[in-house]
Amino acid sequence: MTTAIHVDTLTKRFGDLTAVDTISFDIGQGEIFGLLGPNGAGKTTTLAMLSTMLEPTSGTAEVMGIDIKKDQDGVRKAIGIVFQDQSLDEELTAWENMDFHGRLYRLKKETREQRIDELLKLVELSDRKNDIVKTFSGGMRRRLEIARGLLHHPQVLFLDEPTLGLDPQTRNHLWQYIETLAKEKNITIILTTHYMEEADRLCNRIAIIDHGKIIALDTPAKLKDSIGGDVVTIQSPQTEKIAAALAAPWINRIESHGEDVIISLENAEQHISTIVTRLNEEKIPITSISVHKPTLEDVFLSFTGKTIRERDADSREAMRMHFRMMRH
Amino acid sequence: MEIIYTIWLRSMKRFVRSKSRIVGSIAMPLFLLVFLGFGLNSVVSTTSLGQEYILFLVPGMVAMSVLFTSVFSGIQIIWDKQFGFLKETLVAPVTRLEIMLGQTAGGATTAVIQGIILMVLAVLLGLKITNPVGFCIALGFMVLVGIAFTAFGIAIASRMEDMTGFQLIMNFVIFPIFGLSGALFPISSLPAWLVPITLLDPLTYGVEGIRYGLSGVSQINPVVCAAVIAGFAVAMTAIGAYLFRKISV
Repeated sequence: MTTAIHVDTLTKRFGDLTAVDTISFDIGQGEIFGLLGPNGAGKTTTLAMLSTMLEPTSGTAEVMGIDIKKDQDGVRKAIGIVFQDQSLDEELTAWENMDFHGRLYRLKKETREQRIDELLKLVELSDRKNDIVKTFSGGMRRRLEIARGLLHHPQVLFLDEPTLGLDPQTRNHLWQYIETLAKEKNITIILTTHYMEEADRLCNRIAIIDHGKIIALDTPAKLKDSIGGDVVTIQSPQTEKIAAALAAPWINRIESHGEDVIISLENAEQHISTIVTRLNEEKIPITSISVHKPTLEDVFLSFTGKTIRERDADSREAMRMHFRMMRH
Repeated sequence: MEIIYTIWLRSMKRFVRSKSRIVGSIAMPLFLLVFLGFGLNSVVSTTSLGQEYILFLVPGMVAMSVLFTSVFSGIQIIWDKQFGFLKETLVAPVTRLEIMLGQTAGGATTAVIQGIILMVLAVLLGLKITNPVGFCIALGFMVLVGIAFTAFGIAIASRMEDMTGFQLIMNFVIFPIFGLSGALFPISSLPAWLVPITLLDPLTYGVEGIRYGLSGVSQINPVVCAAVIAGFAVAMTAIGAYLFRKISV
């Protein structure tokens, strides 16, 4: 497979905060590659550097063989971007937004008009093409932005949190689009997300990123296999006693996070009754108990020691601290 | 050129659709023209002006509507920044200079159209445009004022994070530029110490130029006016382009 994106020890510092810390990876052509991590992990900063919006502090990267520092225009022509925050002109119609983009990328009139019609059909906005974007729902705007990002036939498409803030139905719909796109147009897609299911469903490979570093990189299946066996999650008001009550050789790991205790073990089906019996003997109440195959959530947990939700809360706290310090 | 045209085209589409903004920004100079014009017409001695006060006021109000519209058009880049649209243009394979020139062209056109609307309304109040050459001269000055102050707005917007400073700029920069320009009174009637300050105000030359075009008389030589306002427009465009190059989103 030929390389679409090559990243070599890319780093970005903001003052004394290292947002992206010497990351390196390669993405093959036609791949859907996911950057998975909590808020503030450095995903958006990485995309901003790869799309030439932000100058890296050190390190290099190439997009379709073009150096992001030496030939910014070359990179810009090769990529399409859907930003995390909306970037449409709300006072223009869907068609006009597309047309503006096509002109900026210097597409000839016939090509432009033909592609706009084609893409608006793809994202099912043809019947709304002459409506002002202000009247569009969140999902429609997202679809329009994706269509716009494809207008100049980029070889690489960047999607920054493509389904953030969308309802589950629209999200599912968008996932289908993205899958179809990758298959039909054979373009390389790099997306950031902090939704585990999204990464699992869409991506050929995933880089889990935390505190600006890549802590794991593989296919979703292999990442989940690396945990091994099964996962039992117990909800209980007395989580602190559970670990001691369950000490047994067949348990690989046991951790408590809030009201949840997460146990990783082999052949959970054979041990589940033992677990319930032991907890009953110790008079530890069980709110719920579930057995499942490891998910990316469990992978994230095993690499970082925290759930992605806890990390999100951490980064919000860190931000608050940061701003408090800046004020004083 | 294509890119400049594209960005200009967007400004025009937005302008045509924003009826309330068109009416809003024409209202202030029109009201001033009517209130001050009719209110002071009989009070102000017309001998030193060579014409009725209300007609003396027309070029000043035209310049005012061009000034406010163009500064506002330039500053609108902040909206684009906040609503994310600026990113879409910045990440395209186009230069910042092209984007800036497109914005300037769009803002200046909008401002000149506003000025023309006001001029047409002034005809209803007694303005007579008999000399087509004079009209073209006035138009030329309006274009220069429009370019200069749109670029000025872009320069300010490039350094501002959000619209919170907008009021400050309007009250402490734009309004004094307007007030000192001789839009409301003849420069010759000012106390001697105030005259040099008026002559430092670039808009003075714009107002006088438009006045020359519309009435055939001005207190500053129209060639000097043209040179000063054109020089100012070039300088502002250069400064605006320089600051816009460093804008970050």
